Amino acid sequence: MPKPRLGVLYSRLRVEEKWIFADLEARGLDYERLDDRTAVFDLDDPGPWQRFDAVLIRSISYARGLYAARLLNGWGVPTLNPATVAEVCGDKLASASAFQRAGVPQLRTLAAFTVESALEAIEALGYPVVLKPVVGSWGRLLAKVNDREAAEALLEHKATLGSYQHSIFCVQEYVEKPGRDIRAFVSNGETVCAIYRGADHWITNTARGGSSTVCPVTPELDTLCRAAAAAVGGGVLGVDLIEHPERGLLVNEVNHTLEFHTARPTTGVDIPGLVVDELLRLAGQEAAL
Amino acid sequence: MTTTNAISTLCIECEGDVLLAGDVEQHEIVVCPDCGVDLEVISLQPLQIDVAPMEEEDWGE
Repeated sequence: MPKPRLGVLYSRLRVEEKWIFADLEARGLDYERLDDRTAVFDLDDPGPWQRFDAVLIRSISYARGLYAARLLNGWGVPTLNPATVAEVCGDKLASASAFQRAGVPQLRTLAAFTVESALEAIEALGYPVVLKPVVGSWGRLLAKVNDREAAEALLEHKATLGSYQHSIFCVQEYVEKPGRDIRAFVSNGETVCAIYRGADHWITNTARGGSSTVCPVTPELDTLCRAAAAAVGGGVLGVDLIEHPERGLLVNEVNHTLEFHTARPTTGVDIPGLVVDELLRLAGQEAAL
Repeated sequence: MTTTNAISTLCIECEGDVLLAGDVEQHEIVVCPDCGVDLEVISLQPLQIDVAPMEEEDWGE
């Protein structure tokens, strides 16, 4: 069987990309590094892209990764993850809707499109609430809203200063976490490992400097993570969960362009190797695993 | 931390000394120890560094 031709579309050479490239090289695989800052997609000439059997999307920009995946998938080039999965994972309301459809337990979430209706939604949930942008990561622009005055100010700022996307208001219940949340990794339908992400701040995200310890993958966690991953379309995914004091584990979001600079050393699980395994599967090269 | 065959260059922001690991790769991000700016290794032959792009609203996972 000929070796697959693999592409890796990326923006920054972070430690994750270095580990992935090292794994590809250690396996002697034929791959190309594709810088998304210089990439051009000619809609009349898909040939240069169709030579790839599969492309791994590692763009640091959600929009670039999503559009690249859409174009490649449209040309019949499979991507990890596919555009359909990125569309759901990258949008908080699309994810919440997918979880709801699949019966995945999640935070109470309300959506509204005007300042007035958003204020109504906030008051219906009761303070404090969390206002989060529908697209965003690393805990950026999350706001804990403690009272009506803060809500009015924040909503006005978002509507006035933000792009149109900031007027798609996503309101979620605030959960008093036990100083940590959980990030689990799902690959090929299996929950391969999980970590607790600790922080003194209410936002627990290792991109913001939180600590990290191993979280055991219990049958409950495993079932929930598989269900959340399946709800967004499957693939190699990072599932974020919150431990609710009364309702137990709730899924917060699913991430489709995994960062694992903390999880790999913490758990010892070869996450970059699993990513490459999945890429090979996608390229129809199970035999090369 | 120094690495065997480390490469020395100057930060283009503050002209502080920046030591790159011998196995540094193209497009790797390094931090200037003097001014803290993120620098990107644009090319290895010849060695070229530039200030790394600033974080944008849709960056992340």
